[in-house]
This record gives sequence, structure tokens and C-alpha cells, in this order.
Amino acid sequence: MNAPAYNFAYLDEQTKRMIRRAILKAVAIPGYQVPFASREMPMPYGWGTGGVQVTAAILGPSDVLKVIDQGADDTTNAVSIRNFFRRTAGVRTTTSTQQATVIQTRHRIPEAPLSSDQILVFQVPIPEPLRFLEPRETETRRMHALADYGLMHVKLYEDIARHGHIATTYAYPVQVAGRYIMDPSPTPKFDNPKMSDCPALQLFGAGREKRIYAIPPYTHVISLDFEDHPFERYRLDGTCALCGATDSFLDEVIADDRGGRIFVCSDTDYCEKRRSEQAIATESSRG
Amino acid sequence: MYVAAKGGERAIENAHRLLAHERRGDPSVPELSPAQIEGQLTLAVDRVMNEGSLYDRELAALAIKQARGDLIEAIFLLRAFRATLPRFGASEPIDTAAMTVRRRISATFKDLPGGQILGPTFDYTHRLLEPQSAASSDQAPAQAESSRNSIPRVTDLLARDDLIEPSPPPNTDLPVGDLTHDPLSFPSGRDTRLQNLARADEGYLLALGYSTQRGYGRNHPFAGEIRLGEVELEFVPPELGFAVPIGRITVTECQMINQFAGSATTPPRFTRGYGLGFGHCERKAISMALVDRALRARELGEEVKAPAQDEEFVLSHSDNVQATGFVEHLKLPHYVDFQAELGLVRRLRSEYEAAPGPMRQAAE
Repeated sequence: MNAPAYNFAYLDEQTKRMIRRAILKAVAIPGYQVPFASREMPMPYGWGTGGVQVTAAILGPSDVLKVIDQGADDTTNAVSIRNFFRRTAGVRTTTSTQQATVIQTRHRIPEAPLSSDQILVFQVPIPEPLRFLEPRETETRRMHALADYGLMHVKLYEDIARHGHIATTYAYPVQVAGRYIMDPSPTPKFDNPKMSDCPALQLFGAGREKRIYAIPPYTHVISLDFEDHPFERYRLDGTCALCGATDSFLDEVIADDRGGRIFVCSDTDYCEKRRSEQAIATESSRG
Repeated sequence: MYVAAKGGERAIENAHRLLAHERRGDPSVPELSPAQIEGQLTLAVDRVMNEGSLYDRELAALAIKQARGDLIEAIFLLRAFRATLPRFGASEPIDTAAMTVRRRISATFKDLPGGQILGPTFDYTHRLLEPQSAASSDQAPAQAESSRNSIPRVTDLLARDDLIEPSPPPNTDLPVGDLTHDPLSFPSGRDTRLQNLARADEGYLLALGYSTQRGYGRNHPFAGEIRLGEVELEFVPPELGFAVPIGRITVTECQMINQFAGSATTPPRFTRGYGLGFGHCERKAISMALVDRALRARELGEEVKAPAQDEEFVLSHSDNVQATGFVEHLKLPHYVDFQAELGLVRRLRSEYEAAPGPMRQAAE
């Protein structure tokens, strides 16, 4: 059997060019879903094949890559994707948000602010924000083309009528640069405000659905709402049991089977940085 | 001189000999043994046991060999054998909370009592063809200290706070439904529905479950927990009147947590979808849980509009032995029926040709 040889960052250069063209188009039309010829990747659809293809297309040998899943660097799939690029591209990897040039993420935006020399790559399962209102692609593309977004507002209104709240807690729809309604991927709506006027380029890759979209740096992004029901950035009212943060998004951890539970930062790098700063502060106050 | 096609008997005999020859393959390569299949193609064996509705690894392996690896054919062989077995009764419900767990993951909590146990999974492998890895590995796997303690189910933890609907209480007065004894009727009970899904074709459930994720009957699923391991099976012999253990089986269970239901009289809480199958069958168990939840649409007061929510459609087409039989029966002779159709088409054409022009246009 011939041992297969793989290119830098797995994908062949022709494929990378095709993906980069899709990315350029996506940057030129903020929030618009650009179809692209998504490839079969060596991990299953749903594991982040879209994000992996975007990362593979933009990665250069001098990049420093960070991969997070649920905000954490140590979740199994983040470890797996990081190892994949370490193996196929040989790039440096990091868990530090500040040191990374490319951050691939699933379901979170890091707590630490991003800078203009960074790119955030989102893994997207369902890129179409209107999909759960209208399952047919032919119909949703027409709705986007005509900016016919009444259905989405009716859905949000019905939520308020039924529950007293907009019952969307993650993948909360946004409008990008005053035009396209966009799915931010299943990030908690806590992260939505971080997308607006962000200095970093934000790229979104959906492998199975074959779509790429983007928010260029410093683009205005608003979360959909009503004047009398303004968007609320939800955060569980709790404190991180490890670093004491009161401003970060928290994971609930079940401590025992008697109803005991604690909360910890979902962003592990943020939490670790705070803890090491606290340790240094304690050290210096002692010294 | 014309001779009508006869001699089917010899043709069949020869076809069977040819089949056996093809099954054997290249005689210079050693023949597969059922033991090899049972030990090394374990997931194929699990699938055949599930859809064949018979927990017997040895027979499932034999069926796979005999079927040349065609799993639906192997399932068929197992079903046909199962139909001949005497039925002694129904076992006691298995207790998956008391499972000896080999794999247990929750997608809803980062950590929880009992922890996340990856077990033997493809999930984080990179799908790169590696000829060496297909060969044997001498490395013994790392062994955790085996925990004899039972691991609480995630849904039970949520149920403590009433955040998820309770499992319906068992009704021990009613016999358990059995599709192999009583044909399906509609609306079906959840017991027969789950039996139907457990026997259903994996690919069919996968496609239906997938369709709910893509907006055709969406139900906001979270994999609360997937667990794989061994459970004890108990049976109450009528002459004894108490439960005796009769063995252990491997099962995969998926408890899906879905978006809430609530009404003026009940507080909002999560709803459930349930999947269970023999052996290691995660894809099946997850798909089953998605479809089970989709089929609860009417019960939960949701609009029924997608294929996966249509009980009659889903349950009537899930059985691959039935489906393959009827689809493939198109290979059988239909000379007589076709002859009748042929006669009709000829008559219609002659009428069409005899008709004056305008009528023809109207017909077109």
C-alpha cells in the first residue's frame, strides 16, 4: 500500500485557494453566507470540519494556533484539532488568548479582548439563521436576498408572547453591518456583544452545509430585539469557584448526587491567568 | 424452434454453488472464521444483533459470514432464526443506573458525579488511513480502577430539581407490547414505538434524526448522557415468583434532553427522548432518541408537520427486513401483471391515434 503524503495543513493548495476566495467574498459582503466546495475532512461532520478548513486555508508556518471548545483548551475535541494541526502543519500552538494569531473556537468567544492581528475562526453547525423558521434553502436564500426578515421578528415576538422572554439563549440572531441577519454559531448570547466592532477578523466555517461567512474587523453587529424588549446579555449570577470571577461566563459542574453544584469559568485560559495573577499578588504582598 | 424458459431448479442450484464460491473468495487467502468476526468486527455484530432483535454474538457473527458481509442479509438470517424460538416471557426492566460503565459521556455538563469516561471511541481519531494501525496493536490499554459503584444518570440529577419531565411510571398491570406478536396499530403506545425504533434500520433512523436537526421537526436536543456497559438481566419464573439473574448483556443508552414544554398548569421543564440498543451502538441510540422525541410531538402539543413527527410514516417504514424484501421483490417475475398493463397501453395508444387532432391536443 502506498503511504499517503499530506500537504502543509492537510489540504492541497488548490483547495486552500478556493477556500480563500470564498473567505474574501465573505469579508466583502459581511454576514452573507458564501457557498464553497467543502471537502471531506478526516474528522466527522459536526466536529468542526468547516472551522478546520478555514483554519487550514489561512494558516501560515509562523502562525500560533489556539483551539478551544466550550471556551476550554482541554476539552477533548479542542485537544484533537490542536493535535491535528500540530501534526499536519507543524505550527506552534498555545492556550494563551493573547499569544495566538489564529483562534479556532466552538461555542465561545474568549473573555479577553482580541486584537487586530488576530483571527477568530468559528465552527458552525447550521449557518442559516432562518433555518428553523423555514427548512428550505431555496426559500431562505430568497428571504436574505430581499432582506425579508419579518418571519424572524414574528418568531421573537411569539417567544415574548408565550414565555415573557425571547426564548433563545444561544445562537442568538444578529444583524451585520445593517444588512444580513446572521447566525453567530451556538455561542451563548452573553458573547454576542463581543462580535460588534471587534478589532479581530471573525470567520465562520460550516463544513457539512458548505458555507463560509465573515464579520470584518470593526463591523457593527447588533443582536435582534425590540424597543420595549431590548437585548439582554444573560450571565448566571454566580462566582467562579476557582478564580472568583464575577464577570465571566460560567459552566455548571455537578459536584455530587445530592444536589451539590459549583460554577467555574468556561474560558480556561482566562481563569488560569486570573489565578496566576492572584498567586503573584499574594506572593508579592507577603514578600 | 422456440423453447419456453424452464429448468429453474437447476439454475437455482447452480446459482447457490456460485454464491458459495464467491463467498469463499481467493482460496489462497485463509478463510474467515465466525470467531474472528465476533472478536474483530464487533460493531457489525452489534448492529446485526440490534436489528435482528436477538442477543447472540455467535449467531450474529455466523450470519455476517454467511451473508458475505451484507448486514441487512445477516439481520434477515437472524430474524428468521429468532422467529423459530420459543418465548418464555418478558424479563424485568433493566436498570441502566446500575450498569458497569465502560463509556459514559455527557454533553450537558463539563463534569458530574462519575465523571466523563471516553472508553473505546472513534470520536477523536483523525480519519487518516494508516495501514500499520489496521494491524494488531501489542499495547495493552490503560485500565482505570474499575468502579463497582453505580453512576447516577444525568437525567436523574436534573429530575431532582424537577427541571426535566419525569419518566412515565411503569405500568406493571399491562403486558409489555410486542410487535412480533401483535401487529402495529395506530396510535401506538410508547413501548411498541420504542421496540419498533430499536429494531429499525440504523441508516433510516440516522436520516430521520438528522432531518430534525436541519429544521424538519426541530426539537433542540442535547445529549444529556450516552452510556455503554453491561447490565444484569433478571427474569421472574412463574413457578418461583421472584426475580433471578439470567445473565449480563451489553447495551448503549442515550438520554436526550430537549427543549421545554410547559403549560398554565405545569411549570416549564425539559422533555426527553430515549434510545437504547444492544451492544455498542451510539449512532443508533442517539438517532433513536431524536426520533422518539420527534414522535412525541402530538403528545406534547406540538404541530406535526415534518416527516420524523409522522408516527405512521416513520414506524411503517423502519424495518429493513420488510423494506428490503418489498423493494427487492421487484426482481421477481411480474410477467402477468405487466402483460395486463401492456395490453392497456396498447389499447390507449390505438385510441389516441384514432382520435382527431384537437382531441389529441386536449389530451396532451
